[in-house]
Amino acid sequence: MSMPDTMLRETQESGRIITMGEAIREALAQEMRRDSRVFIIGEDVAEAGTPFKVLQGLVDEFGTDRVIDSPISEPGITGLGIGAAMTGLRPVVDIMFGDFLPLASDQIINQAAKVHYMSGGKLKVPLVIRTTLGATRRSAAQHSQSLHAIYSHIPGLKVAVPATPYDAKGLLIQAIRDDNPVIFFEDKMMYTVKGPVPEEPYVIPFGQAAIMQEGTDVTLVATSSMVYVALDAAKLLADQGISAEVINVRTTSPLDRDTLIRSAMKTTRAVVIDEGYQQYGVTAEIASVIAEGAFYYLDAPVKRLGAMDVPVPFSPPLEDLTVPTPERVVRVVQSLFNQ
Amino acid sequence: MGIEQLGSGAAVEMYRTMVTIRKFEEQVNQLYLSAIMPGLAHLYSGEEAVAVGVCSALTSEDYITSTHRGHGHCLAKGADVRLMFAELLGKADGYCGGKGGSMHIADQERNNLGANAIVGGSAGIATGAAFSAKKRQSGQVVACFFGEGALGQGILYEVMNMASLWKLPILYVCENNLYNEYTPYQEVTAGSILKRPEAFGIPVEDLDGQNVEEVYDAASRAVARARAGEGPTFLHCRTYRYQGHHVGDINRTYYRSREEEQLWRTERDPIQLWRTRLVAAGIADEALLDRIDREVEELVKDGVEFAKNAPYPDESEVATHVYA
Ligand SMILES: Cc1ncc(C[n+]2csc(CCOP(=O)(O)OP(=O)(O)O)c2C)c(N)n1
Repeated sequence: MSMPDTMLRETQESGRIITMGEAIREALAQEMRRDSRVFIIGEDVAEAGTPFKVLQGLVDEFGTDRVIDSPISEPGITGLGIGAAMTGLRPVVDIMFGDFLPLASDQIINQAAKVHYMSGGKLKVPLVIRTTLGATRRSAAQHSQSLHAIYSHIPGLKVAVPATPYDAKGLLIQAIRDDNPVIFFEDKMMYTVKGPVPEEPYVIPFGQAAIMQEGTDVTLVATSSMVYVALDAAKLLADQGISAEVINVRTTSPLDRDTLIRSAMKTTRAVVIDEGYQQYGVTAEIASVIAEGAFYYLDAPVKRLGAMDVPVPFSPPLEDLTVPTPERVVRVVQSLFNQ
Repeated sequence: MGIEQLGSGAAVEMYRTMVTIRKFEEQVNQLYLSAIMPGLAHLYSGEEAVAVGVCSALTSEDYITSTHRGHGHCLAKGADVRLMFAELLGKADGYCGGKGGSMHIADQERNNLGANAIVGGSAGIATGAAFSAKKRQSGQVVACFFGEGALGQGILYEVMNMASLWKLPILYVCENNLYNEYTPYQEVTAGSILKRPEAFGIPVEDLDGQNVEEVYDAASRAVARARAGEGPTFLHCRTYRYQGHHVGDINRTYYRSREEEQLWRTERDPIQLWRTRLVAAGIADEALLDRIDREVEELVKDGVEFAKNAPYPDESEVATHVYA
């Protein structure tokens, strides 16, 4: 994945470049140093540091009391996290693949998301669930899904979909300090993506999208790794004389409606790109927000590009058909100009 | 029962199937290392006696459900090596037309209801198949394979309760290879494994999973019970995987020692043990077994070649089979 020019510039100024995996690890380590209530629980999180090695080394600093290897019990560790969060701790539950969230979904949807409201605001669930999304790893239907739309549908949950190492650190620290349950989706293909990240702790408030690149003709709204697809598409479009503005959503719930609508008003066209299934997906919600908010300014219908509405196939040539690509984005954008 | 009742033909077939699994997995590792196979695979090498012991006690009509480490179960149930390799390479000729891959091979012809990439994910399916067999009075039995990691999943206890209540014809086959991925199972498993099924009134057999005869005998008893309407049995098979959790798990001394791996390979190898036993019992001589090794070698190489030359699925296949 290529790094956008704006980020390259920032990097040259700020000096330090680290990977997304390192940014996540640093956020966790800094929060664990700052706040003794923070702990991590999940499968193979301690010595193994997860299969993606994102947590490697944390157990050496914080010990097995705070980096806890669990049984393979997703509902159990999620429920335990909720109870611990309600009674004064700040758990970070690790659900190895986003595809395993459905196992824990009663706990997430019926318990974590509801407790604060049902208790009339008396109880709180300051819980973080870190998990993954993203296809093209040739892992087939049960290890490749991007299920963030399901959780973005549920009031009471917050959902982060970081696209850059900078996002990952700032959003994760915000997630840990937030008093609400947050599902934090990391694209498993992006752990080695590099970018500039300040060393000191910082937060990125939820509901603040980032404009990655300014443009005048079309707005490309994207989540997580799709931001890079959008940036690559923008380059191809620039060659054709189309200037694209690229927006990184950062959190799907809460959603930064203002930034999206304002951009669409300016460019008069918008395409939404997300790696979740297209039907009833994040793209549908964002497209409707833009269509409602910028209707009188639009020169074309808002278009969207999600993952194909099929279980993710194993076979590489089939799998590659199911995800948005820069070329597919360009085709959709072109269709907006031919009307 | 013992080797005498088993019959020499079956005993030698068990050897052949174990060798097939071993050599199949060696090829899978090669395909991974040479970057020909997409994605990852979880190899069954070292655990052959469990799949072969259990599946040899089943008929072709009986069902199995399998796991992410499923190649051995699939082969032991009689799958075609060519079609399996083709699936592993994502080719159109594969068992699932390339849509499933290593973790999802299903072989409907042999009543293999499929591998499963969700730990514990097949416990419900297997128990449902047993429920169905009983309702349909088909006489079929189900073997539900899972690793000891699945003991962490609540669904296993929900369905074992029902299987016992309703005396369903099912074998819960726990393949305890000592590790949940990269974590020793003792660190995440409380109390007694054996007492868990016992608490539901399910008889338990605690087995040396490297001894194919012992597994076969116990599975045969369990199948007989199941067919007689006496309900489920839990087989706890103590075994070991030789390779990493998956093909990419190469540096693993942080969770288990080389000495431990070496000990299992040299002292407890299921194929070597069975070979020695066959020769000692006068059922087969070294020459016959060597010949089988060579035949299997050819079979497996042919399978790889077939798969390499097979076409990828047509692009239109991506949207088929979403709905029946
Ligand atoms: C519900 C679920 N949680 C986690 C995983 C990730 N995972 C894959 S295999 C595995 C360990 C399984 O251990 P075990 O059941 O003992 O089988 P083994 O790999 O040892 O054969 C884990 C945690 C998964 N596939 N499904």
